[in-house]
Amino acid sequence: MNAAPPLLAVRGLSKHYSVTGGFLAREIARVHAVDDINLDIERGETLGLVGESGCGKSTTGRCIMRLIEPSAGTISFEGRDVTHIDGEDLRRLRRDMQIIFQDPFASLNPRHTVAGIVGEALVIHRLATGRRQIEERVVQLLETVGLRSDHLNRFPHEFSGGQRQRIGIARALAVEPKLLVCDEAVSALDVSVQAQVINLLEDLQDKFALTYLFIAHDLSVVEHISTRVAVMYLGRIVEVAPARALYDNPRHPYTKALLSTVPIPDPKLKRKRLVLTGEPPNPFNPPPGCHFRTRCPLAEPRCAEIAPALLETMPGHMVACHVTG
Amino acid sequence: MTERLLDIRDLRTWFNTDDGMVRAVDGVSLHVNRGETLAVVGESGSGKTVTARSVLKLIDMPPGRFAGGEILWRGRDLIPASNSEIDKIRAREIAMIFQEPMTALNPVYTVGDQIAEPLRAHENLSRRAALARAAELMRLVQIPDPERRVRDYPHQFSGGMRQRVVIAIAIACGPQLLIADEPTTALDVTIQAQILDLLNDMKARFGMAIMLITHAMGVVAENADRVVVMYAGKVVEAAPVEELFANPRHPYTQGLIRAIPRVDAKAQHRTRLAQIPGTVPSLINPPAGCRFAARCTFATDACVAAEPVLKPVGPDHTVACIL
Amino acid sequence: MPGSTPASLIAEGPEVFRAPELVAGPRLSLRRQAWRRFRKHTLAVASLFILGFLVLGVVVGPLLWRVPMGAIDLSAMLQGPLLDHPFGTNGLGQDLLARMIFGGRISLAVGVAAMAVAVGIGVAVGAIAGMASGRVDAALMWLTDLFLALPQLPLLLLLMYLFRGALRAAFGDEGGIFLLIVVVIGGLRWMSLARLVRAQFLSLREKEFIEAARALGASRARLMLRHLLPNALGPVIVAGTIEVANAIIIESTLSFLGLGFPPDVPTWGHMLYDAQQYLDSAPHWALIPGAAIFLSVLSINFIGDGLRDALDPRRVI
Repeated sequence: MNAAPPLLAVRGLSKHYSVTGGFLAREIARVHAVDDINLDIERGETLGLVGESGCGKSTTGRCIMRLIEPSAGTISFEGRDVTHIDGEDLRRLRRDMQIIFQDPFASLNPRHTVAGIVGEALVIHRLATGRRQIEERVVQLLETVGLRSDHLNRFPHEFSGGQRQRIGIARALAVEPKLLVCDEAVSALDVSVQAQVINLLEDLQDKFALTYLFIAHDLSVVEHISTRVAVMYLGRIVEVAPARALYDNPRHPYTKALLSTVPIPDPKLKRKRLVLTGEPPNPFNPPPGCHFRTRCPLAEPRCAEIAPALLETMPGHMVACHVTG
Repeated sequence: MTERLLDIRDLRTWFNTDDGMVRAVDGVSLHVNRGETLAVVGESGSGKTVTARSVLKLIDMPPGRFAGGEILWRGRDLIPASNSEIDKIRAREIAMIFQEPMTALNPVYTVGDQIAEPLRAHENLSRRAALARAAELMRLVQIPDPERRVRDYPHQFSGGMRQRVVIAIAIACGPQLLIADEPTTALDVTIQAQILDLLNDMKARFGMAIMLITHAMGVVAENADRVVVMYAGKVVEAAPVEELFANPRHPYTQGLIRAIPRVDAKAQHRTRLAQIPGTVPSLINPPAGCRFAARCTFATDACVAAEPVLKPVGPDHTVACIL
Repeated sequence: MPGSTPASLIAEGPEVFRAPELVAGPRLSLRRQAWRRFRKHTLAVASLFILGFLVLGVVVGPLLWRVPMGAIDLSAMLQGPLLDHPFGTNGLGQDLLARMIFGGRISLAVGVAAMAVAVGIGVAVGAIAGMASGRVDAALMWLTDLFLALPQLPLLLLLMYLFRGALRAAFGDEGGIFLLIVVVIGGLRWMSLARLVRAQFLSLREKEFIEAARALGASRARLMLRHLLPNALGPVIVAGTIEVANAIIIESTLSFLGLGFPPDVPTWGHMLYDAQQYLDSAPHWALIPGAAIFLSVLSINFIGDGLRDALDPRRVI
């Protein structure tokens, strides 16, 4: 392992939501959206975080971004605990971490021009002063993401989905962040445009030495862009491995099932698909032990008793499974 | 010779908006044979959904209108047909399912009543008999414990289960054609696979044809018999599925296939994806000539000069490109 | 729950109607664009002319029409519109045109000022509640519900009765009453606005662009002023214009009950009430102030509609 601390280290991160009801708003149930997860993101890598809806991957991203307060655990950035910082410290952290969102329609303020949207960070962090200087920098950012200077005074609704996503990327790049959280950043885009944005993200990573946390449900996209991939199921990480190893040699039965259900654009390929039965259990009352055992083809009695820990089975390959781990 | 159940000829569905006439579907011809799965694939704005909705006349008119063409259902043109005639065809002969299983069901009725409704309307079953059939249909679409769940409300079902309910409603009257508009887009991959398997199972069991509207090439490859590729309101290529993937002729089809990252390809990580530059053109004043020309790497002056027509290039394989 | 949904937005639907990219061309300034959107609203433009005419009339009217409004001429009682009294006269033979001009000044000023007070309080309370959530929100909403539950008219009368004397002494006869009427009407009409703004804030706060602004390090004040408020404005403008109408009408009720302006000070509402016994013999006496109230209220509402659209850049011209 490196001596230097990873760019981002997450330890024991949990996020619970209380469901209240009845007399005096008593807590009647608790959702473990994120349940005791550990993650390291090394400088310059792309960590893919995959899972189905409700698995907690977006909550994890937002906790790391300090947009949601975690219930427990620590988040360290460059070796410094940033879990509870606020005020000026938090503002300074914002320059190191940025996020781009899924929905290119909801993520841009409809009443601001492109200049206002991309330039906002410059104003907040006083990275440029005066109209001229801000405008110059915004134009520079727009050109970096493949837009033109004459887009400056247009409003978001005048752009297509792909172009809006580029505006969102330019906004995030304005502070020259080190870590960029991409929350389903290409999921809402058409195939041909999705490829444009993925290529752009890869180019930007090379150009600015960016580190990505790439959150998505689409395994083929995640495998394409990531160096390492973490798979989440119902609030827990079940497997972490280098992208290639994960796809060539998945260990966790959930990862295997997930991989085999990805449609492959080749009609000649007749695969033996491992279609999971059932659906993810209710997150209000997750089954004790391994969360996946209710759908797992390999489940054993012990899976119901003890939750499997995430253990390194091969160098860099960690699995949380009693049977295959 | 296979029977053409549905034969759409030169369909034009236009929408009158404040900004001008949107030619959402502009001269589309395609057909669905009995018992086959036809995938209609395209990006947003390609007109695939409007084409599908036109078949059952689910287009608001105005602003929409049919500006030309024919929709032949078993030889009979549906465009001049009256509303009551279309009502007879809906559900009984052609059924449709939509992308959002959350909004396709009425939250204030039990799912049993909603499955039973077409049976009572079209087959004059009593409520009791219709509910019994509803439970049977729920078993058919593999909803566990159907006798009990028939009395549940939609919010008590998960997304995947709701889509199963929607499918049960669609197949209740034994249609010959099921139009599925992005049936799995809103679902997770593991659930998506279950639903597609279910649709294929229903098709095999009842010999029903499926018109599968989708944007995902992977879904097309694994489920379709034939494929129609649409772009900006027009059909650019049509072929049997294996032929299309092995030998795509239109530059747009080629781009679509190459733009998808694939989990099965080796050592492909971080190689650049083939991208199609630019965005879909406006359908208000679509460019003259080939609508893809502005984004096409092979485009020449001839492409802009004249609109290409669909020409056969192989058995059952047609393409609209002059190159 | 904030977990992501893979629900893709690739649905076609209304997207078809959106031109993916407008043709490049010279861009109008933002203000010019807003004016172009406003101009699309024919009714709003017409209303702007009507309201402009009314305001101009009450402002410069006294310079052109020099008949004193208080002059009693018992020989010309209840006259219909004639040359020397274009709007006719009232029961004391006073010239109605002069009284309309003076009354309009008060009525329009009361309407606009009371609306400003109601919008000011409502937006402040709603914005703070929507921003703060938790206890502050609960307390402010409790206060709002309390105000909603109060019997408005008796309270209005009580407040007028209690503070009339003191304010008249402090700010003079008309000034004091004006201030009191505006504050009391505004102070009892802000609740629906506060609820509206809070509801808007709560739904906007979930939007990703708000999260994006937080992620950029925007302060709470910036979030509120630059992101939340402008997006919550549309319905507030419409509700605000309705408040103008309400204030004009409440003022006339107060005057009628003898708790508004003194009886010798004409306001449109006051004139309307005075006229009601003479509807048979002198219908013009009621019709003229009635039409003035109707026209100003209607035109303010239409201007509000136009303004809402003009300030929304998503409206394509």
